[in-house]
Amino acid sequence: MYGNAYIDPNDKAAMMLAGEDPQKLAEFEARIARGEKIEPKDWMPKEYRKQLIRMIEQHGHSEIIGALPEGTWITRAPGFKRKLALMAKVQDEVGHAQLLYSAAETLGKSREAMINDLITGKSKYSNVFNYPAYTWADACIIAWLIDAGAIINQVANAKGSYGPYCRALDRICTEESFHLKYGHDNVVTLATGTPKQRELVQAALTRWWPPIMHFFGPSDKISNHTEILMKWKVKMATNDDMRQQFLNMYVPKIWDLGLTLPDPNLKKNEEGKWEYTEPDWEEFKRVINGGGPCNAERLAVRRNAEERGRWVREALNTADSKYMVPLA
Amino acid sequence: MNTEAIKELLYKMADDLLIIGHRNSEWTGLGPILEEDISFSSMAQDKIGQAQALYVLLHDLGEQEPDTVAFTRNANQFHNAQLVELPNGEYDFSLMRHFLYDHADQLRFEALANSTYEPLAKVARKVKGELKYHVFHANTWVTKLGLANQESHDKMQHALNHAWNYALGLFEPSANEAALIDESIFIGENTLQEQWLQNITPVLLKAGLTIPNPSTWNPIVGGRIGIHTAHLEPLVEEMSEVFRYDPTAEW
Repeated sequence: MYGNAYIDPNDKAAMMLAGEDPQKLAEFEARIARGEKIEPKDWMPKEYRKQLIRMIEQHGHSEIIGALPEGTWITRAPGFKRKLALMAKVQDEVGHAQLLYSAAETLGKSREAMINDLITGKSKYSNVFNYPAYTWADACIIAWLIDAGAIINQVANAKGSYGPYCRALDRICTEESFHLKYGHDNVVTLATGTPKQRELVQAALTRWWPPIMHFFGPSDKISNHTEILMKWKVKMATNDDMRQQFLNMYVPKIWDLGLTLPDPNLKKNEEGKWEYTEPDWEEFKRVINGGGPCNAERLAVRRNAEERGRWVREALNTADSKYMVPLA
Repeated sequence: MNTEAIKELLYKMADDLLIIGHRNSEWTGLGPILEEDISFSSMAQDKIGQAQALYVLLHDLGEQEPDTVAFTRNANQFHNAQLVELPNGEYDFSLMRHFLYDHADQLRFEALANSTYEPLAKVARKVKGELKYHVFHANTWVTKLGLANQESHDKMQHALNHAWNYALGLFEPSANEAALIDESIFIGENTLQEQWLQNITPVLLKAGLTIPNPSTWNPIVGGRIGIHTAHLEPLVEEMSEVFRYDPTAEW
């Protein structure tokens, strides 16, 4: 799932290229323009490295934090088929974190440093995981629609310029497409099931709609900064474009199931663009900054897991162990 | 063929697998390192898949559907050993339990691969291939942590001491076992326990760990006849929570 890290719009574009060798920069940009991939040992601007580390790291964090709301339903999944499938799905997400941390490590930041920045709150993860999964149906909605959103984001990013990240994303997207099928199958089962099941899935969808609308982030401010990141193929699509793509693909499927969405203004206009009530971006900011219903709990769980596992990691860190740059 | 005896055997094996699989799955997202998170999840999936295969055999013998059996019984209708229902505790205990349990299960399924009850023999031949990796995983980690440093050694020794009598409870004799031995369906719990001791002793020795003195051995039994610790009931309630929410529904 879940890579919707966004570029901080407050960074000053003018600062981005300070001190870079103009000739190397021109060669670097020419390579990207030709569609070549940048590899770990290639020259790259400092800002490119910084933004990629931030983005890949946030994506990795989103995978392990994202395993928590769904993971709590593994022990409650109804029946063998669902239990086995959900276990495999959440395991995939943890595996994605492993792939992504490896990709970020090739840029020079260790997994330990990244996890440390996660649990101290220094680096972020996808905002949607600061909302609770109250019922089994919430876990099903997450598996379908949050994974759907993540796929849109990740398919775009897989065409980016940094080789290790693109290769990780190719593998991730293949697995995500199964998650999407799993989530869809679950939602269809509930939506076409008993009255109690329908009620459960409608309530979950209503609850999750605002976080889903937040998922791709606010409209991008068109700045020099964003332009450079798009030229460098770090950012591959605007937040609004991705949100439109999502609405176009999934709103009809949701309506087909006889489910309703809590936005009376949601419709496709004559130009084929989706109109909707602007989500509450103040709420979005509040949650990103720690004020969501589950921020504290998610970080506490992660911190606790790190603390409980410390002795194991220390035991692995013996005199003969040495750091190896991951193959990614 | 003594159907009652076979059912008794299948129930205890399937319930062991379901409950330990459930416990292993509780590590998802919380493992000490990502790789171990993934390993425990993998093993959990294997265990629950294996449990399902055995409930299918029970269904073939006239018991209810696997989902009904697994998700609607009460705790006192489960036949798992108490070892597998204990909470995960810390990673040391989970790992030691996995080591003790999987060595026993590997031998159990290896023996059953030659069972005269062909449906079970067929399942066992597939399962033992999966268990080879579970045992390999357990041996690797128990050895590593047994030897790494004083803290990890002490934790593993403590976990071994704590789990030991529960592990002996895995070999609780069942009422109809003589019939299974007579018909060469199963080798019996006593033989299994002897083989198990032979297999785990050199690994624990290599890991610098000491098996509790035999004078202190006191198998914790009862699980096979539905006597459980207080930990099983909440587990079973949690496991069946959604299933019971609307028993008429397809999930």
